Amino acid sequence: MAVTTLDSYLDHTMSIAKDTRRHTPPVPRTEAHAAEQRNPGTPFDPAWIRLARVNRSAVERRAATLPRRRSVKKDWQAAWLLKAVSCLDLTSLSGNDTPGTIERLCAKARQPVRHDLLDALGVADRATHVAAVCVYHHFLSTAIEALRGTGIPVAAVSTGFPAGLGPFAQRVEEIRASVEGGAREIDIVITRSHVLTGNWQALFDEVKTFRDTSGPAHLKTILATGELGTLRNVAKASLVCMMAGADFIKTSTGKESVNATLPVGLVMARAIRQYHERTGSAVGLKPAGGIRQAKQALDWLLLIKDELGSRWLSPALFRFGASSLLADIERQLEHFVTGRYSAYFRHPMA
Amino acid sequence: MSKVADILETMEYGPAPESAALAEQWLETRKRTFGLFIGGEWREPVSKRHFDVINPSTGGSLARVAQAESDDMDAAVKAAEGALPAWKALPGHARARYMYAIARHIQKHSRLFSVLESVDNGKPIRESRDIDIPLVARHFYHHAGWAELMSTRLAGYEPVGVIGQIIPWNFPLLMLAWKIAPAIAMGNTVVLKPAEFTPLTSLLFADVCGEVGLPAGVVNIVTGDGRAGELLVQHPRVDKIAFTGSTEVGRIIREATAGTGKRLSLELGGKSPFLVFDDSDLDSVVEGVVDAIWFNQGQVCCAGSRILVQEGTADDLVAKLKARMETLRIGDPLDKAVDMGAIVAPVQLEKIQQLVRQGEAEGASIWQPSWSVPREGFFYPPTLCTDVGPAATIAQVEIFGPVVVLMTFRTPDEAVALANNTRYGLAASVWSENINLALDIARRVKAGTVWINCTNMFDAASGFGGYRESGFGREGGLEGLWEYVRPSWEHDLPVGQDPIRPEPAEPRVRTSDGTPPIDRTAKLYIGGRQTRPDGGYSLPVYATDGRQIGEVGSGNRKDIRNAVEAARLAASWGTQTSHLRAQVLYYVAENLAQRASDFAARLVDLTGTSTTEAQREFDTAVRRLFTYAAWADKWDGHVHHTPFRNVTLAMPEPIGIMGVVAPDEAPLLGFISLVAPAIAIGNTVVAVPSEPWPLIATDLYQVFETSDVPAGVINIVTGQRDELTPVLAEHDGVDAVWYFGSTDGSTEVERASVGNMKRTWVNYGRRRNWFEERQAEGEEFLREATQVKNIWVPYGE
Repeated sequence: MAVTTLDSYLDHTMSIAKDTRRHTPPVPRTEAHAAEQRNPGTPFDPAWIRLARVNRSAVERRAATLPRRRSVKKDWQAAWLLKAVSCLDLTSLSGNDTPGTIERLCAKARQPVRHDLLDALGVADRATHVAAVCVYHHFLSTAIEALRGTGIPVAAVSTGFPAGLGPFAQRVEEIRASVEGGAREIDIVITRSHVLTGNWQALFDEVKTFRDTSGPAHLKTILATGELGTLRNVAKASLVCMMAGADFIKTSTGKESVNATLPVGLVMARAIRQYHERTGSAVGLKPAGGIRQAKQALDWLLLIKDELGSRWLSPALFRFGASSLLADIERQLEHFVTGRYSAYFRHPMA
Repeated sequence: MSKVADILETMEYGPAPESAALAEQWLETRKRTFGLFIGGEWREPVSKRHFDVINPSTGGSLARVAQAESDDMDAAVKAAEGALPAWKALPGHARARYMYAIARHIQKHSRLFSVLESVDNGKPIRESRDIDIPLVARHFYHHAGWAELMSTRLAGYEPVGVIGQIIPWNFPLLMLAWKIAPAIAMGNTVVLKPAEFTPLTSLLFADVCGEVGLPAGVVNIVTGDGRAGELLVQHPRVDKIAFTGSTEVGRIIREATAGTGKRLSLELGGKSPFLVFDDSDLDSVVEGVVDAIWFNQGQVCCAGSRILVQEGTADDLVAKLKARMETLRIGDPLDKAVDMGAIVAPVQLEKIQQLVRQGEAEGASIWQPSWSVPREGFFYPPTLCTDVGPAATIAQVEIFGPVVVLMTFRTPDEAVALANNTRYGLAASVWSENINLALDIARRVKAGTVWINCTNMFDAASGFGGYRESGFGREGGLEGLWEYVRPSWEHDLPVGQDPIRPEPAEPRVRTSDGTPPIDRTAKLYIGGRQTRPDGGYSLPVYATDGRQIGEVGSGNRKDIRNAVEAARLAASWGTQTSHLRAQVLYYVAENLAQRASDFAARLVDLTGTSTTEAQREFDTAVRRLFTYAAWADKWDGHVHHTPFRNVTLAMPEPIGIMGVVAPDEAPLLGFISLVAPAIAIGNTVVAVPSEPWPLIATDLYQVFETSDVPAGVINIVTGQRDELTPVLAEHDGVDAVWYFGSTDGSTEVERASVGNMKRTWVNYGRRRNWFEERQAEGEEFLREATQVKNIWVPYGE
């Protein structure tokens, strides 16, 4: 077929997409997805956005003292680290990924911690795997195939990740293609410009379209907080994304120079709490980027428990986007089991 | 299921204990028995008596410490006295080296100090580890710097001498640092009495003094109960008492030291307001409340114990607070995952329980989280009291526990009125995202420290101390150093007698043509009007040769009352621009200068002085007015370099209503030398002029009236000094009294000031030379006329 203009091309592909979707088998619901009702969103409410107030110094103080106020040791630490593993979106978003590296990633996702360690921890009878595997659309089928039968969903980053500045229709189409390709979670990026210019209506409309398009796949909206300038913007963008129906709000693509920081996480967690108080809908939080150490993971879990409560300590409402974090967690778990400090090479790599 | 699997289900916190082993080991090496640290060595108390120090989280005994008696206190003061000459003669750099070493050693032993503090006091290890002990080290570093800089930054000042210091149990080592660091930096030597509940870190600090080779006797640590403190306060060889503790005990100390010439600084109680406006970041406010009232179990003198919230925001805030209170954790102070530890002692726990019961009986709604506190040890849960009015006992008295009351306001004015509706004035916290509002409230709240969008922030570079019954004097920063120095000429001032008062002689003088002179009876000057004395009595005024040259009103209690009321109504003088105040002072000088010959003649007539001397007194008085007109817009504050992303503004503020009792000698110059600095800063004044020669002051009425001095800024009540002074000193609406008269009168002023713990500045009968600039004008006067408010303003969007 001759494609004459971009518009007609889009119309064409979209109609194909709609067609195909009718024949797509229903998406199986995973344990994580089943646990919580999805956020249906709310009408756009500019007054609510205007009222968002964040005092940066006070937020930073809380974020700095929170990990100093709480500590988990011994069995508790081991359990919390296992919880962190179960909340992990094991991620590979490199330009040089290949089917081979993605298969290896998926193998690790199925068996993230050595059997002997799980045995020693007394949790061998529990299914211990990561929450999801997160890849580019290109590797969706590879990942889905590699994870068949495990119940581990595959997430695709989408909408022109990481900058999100491609043509809008193409970004929408990208979601559709990934959903059709079997992605059960879609990590989209927002147009930072909408935030930086205060065009909240445009942001709402954009995310609402993304959500409508993603259909049964859960939508994680990446705010790219490192590029939003202020914590107040983070709070407002969080609220707008939730109003537009985000299932998760996510800090970063991992590609910004500043990624998931605790102050940002605190602001987003408080926005989630407020949204929950006002609408009854529980939205998830996903910090991503820069979380490499087990101690950092514990700090995040402490923050979530203290600010949002234990309900949020579940893959249904909390995820880490990370790639190298798991290796450090494994070392800490082995240290707990053996009493000796561990080494990276003792744990199977992803 | 395995333990790990269980925990995975509940995701609860588990125990995370800090080891007490090192602290226990240190106590064991001392056989859990301590003597007194006097003259660089450990001595058994003369009485051989010891008492138990209790771990408040278990109720068990940690150690036994000595009870100092009179002979022990004598020895300690003697040791401090002995060490003083060499210590103050050391170059500042040498003292700085010792203090630097102390700071390093505290850091080196920081974990031992933290653990010991937590087992002794009951505060969570997080606080002793992350807050108390780092601040202690910081205090010694900062003041090592002041020792280094003393000779240049405080030129012309010398140490006060032997300092007696009495500290409370809520921040045992931190309060020690706040007391000892500035004292020894300035070349004083100290005898410190730690609180009887919490002496252990002070004793460990004594070890540090030994380790760094601090000269024997510079720091002496004497343990004991309140009686030991009393011995220290009453010791005749102590030059100054620095006390932190309750207003009740502060009042006793003020009375006990009245007239002794001992300098005094008091950091007392508080009922600090925590103001929440409807445009604040409420989630951050909630954490602010946690830091304000559940920090150190609320046993904090500057705890934000009165939440004042804008009415429309109250329900939201209460809901958020209750949710947050449910997630607070209380327990073993050495657990690294608790927010609150134990109350220091059963007596304190009972006091808290009793006050909360009383609050409930008076109609308050008491709310506590659903979880319960540990049974062993002395614990009290975080408590929120609503349905409370300012009239409720729990809204007025300091509870010193984890109990906060919440009231509402509607407008900024009402917020300020409620905030200031207290006898105390230690601290305040203001929450708003509007800088206009926040700074306006900060300026208007009567408190020594105002935290904007934060609370309970401390640093060695910032002054800390109270307004009103929260005490006087500052600790920290440059403003804190003045408590530990005095002008080097001061001790040379002679103790003099009041000038001999003229005896009346007959007959009355007639004019040259034989007619009687026109009667001149000066009235009082109150609220800008010349008013007759309430009692309807007058006093004759005689020249030195006995001639009666006029009469003045004989003021009484009610006249003082009326004058104070007029001064109160003129309070807006304090918020005028300093430029305007300068202009008024210049105008007074200008109009006074017009009447040089009248005033000089009057001085000659009254005091019998020579024309030349009279002219000199007059000229100096005019110049002094110029001096304070000059100072009025130059008495700047500071921006302290506290190690946070914020500005800490140290703002000099007027004290408020000042009683000024002028000296008899130099009746014009003495009067001007005191009134001018007081009003230059923005205070309003009730002045009692020289008793024998009041006419020189009453002659000033016309000058003030023609010089745009607003009504009520200067009020003058003539009469008998010894009758009027106590009324001023006792008046609860008077914020400070300056007295330059007799030794007995000075004692009386200090004693009578205890009612509202007003600031006093008296001369103990010592006579300044009002003609000598160094003694008679300048920064010392301005400091005495101001109180420093530190406003913390974090920034960053």
